[in-house]
Amino acid sequence: MDLSSAPIPPLGPDDHVRGEGETIIVYADLGCPHCGSVWLEIGARPARIAFRHFPIAGKHPRSPALHAAAEAAGMQGAFFAMVDSLYADRGHVDDPHLWRRVEDLGLDLERFERDRRSDAVRARVRRDFESGIRGGVTATPALFE
Amino acid sequence: MIAAGTPAPDFTLRDQDGEDVSLADFKGRKVLLVFYPMDFSPVCSDQLSIYHEVKPELAEKGVEILGISVDHSYAHKAFQEKLGVDTTLLADFEPKGAVSQAYGSYLDGLGFASRNLVLVDEDGMVAWAYESSSRGEFPGANIIFDALAS
Repeated sequence: MDLSSAPIPPLGPDDHVRGEGETIIVYADLGCPHCGSVWLEIGARPARIAFRHFPIAGKHPRSPALHAAAEAAGMQGAFFAMVDSLYADRGHVDDPHLWRRVEDLGLDLERFERDRRSDAVRARVRRDFESGIRGGVTATPALFE
Repeated sequence: MIAAGTPAPDFTLRDQDGEDVSLADFKGRKVLLVFYPMDFSPVCSDQLSIYHEVKPELAEKGVEILGISVDHSYAHKAFQEKLGVDTTLLADFEPKGAVSQAYGSYLDGLGFASRNLVLVDEDGMVAWAYESSSRGEFPGANIIFDALAS
């Protein structure tokens, strides 16, 4: 895999995007408290926000599991609902807490469990991470406006 | 700091497990020496965590990473465990900072290494060296791959 410098990729059809207005691409870590604060701030702006995965397991050991959970929720149309849920309550992120969130969001738990451990989800998260590495991201959140 | 095209000074330092590690052990392989200020500091934690994430890609290119700071082996072990990384961390502890000084990566008066990267080639020559613009920032992993591609 080539991880040499490259511009941050423009928005693609399978980016996680919501809102309307100026485009903000955010490389964020779902285990990162500061990311949660910034997520709330930019969420209040009239902007088109794209979330890209940038889990740093060394700093936040649960991050890989949380990003996989968000991606798996996204496969049932609830990506941003899961991201918002995780940032809103960062103290409950073990597996039973994730299952509770899935139930609260009305998702299929069995499918969620299967999807979050899948190669497709792992590859999707890694793709974002690698694009951030190539773009020079060294800390989260990294905003490209 | 040390310049590309010069022989990399050999050294023997203890790793996080108290085992001696010499640069000469890596003859025939590429080694990335990551000089960093200190274990457990926020920026060093980010740097080693992110470099750990790209270790498989570096290994594909035949590069092994060695972290070097003035911390003791015991501190390295705790730091490695805290980060959940398996990067070898070398203790430039006694005489303090001697290897960092040999590579021009020691900050006199502060007592720790500056944030420098040194790529040593298969023949033990410095192939590339990079000095961070400030201690509060570290070179992204992309910079390392740029160097390997050039």
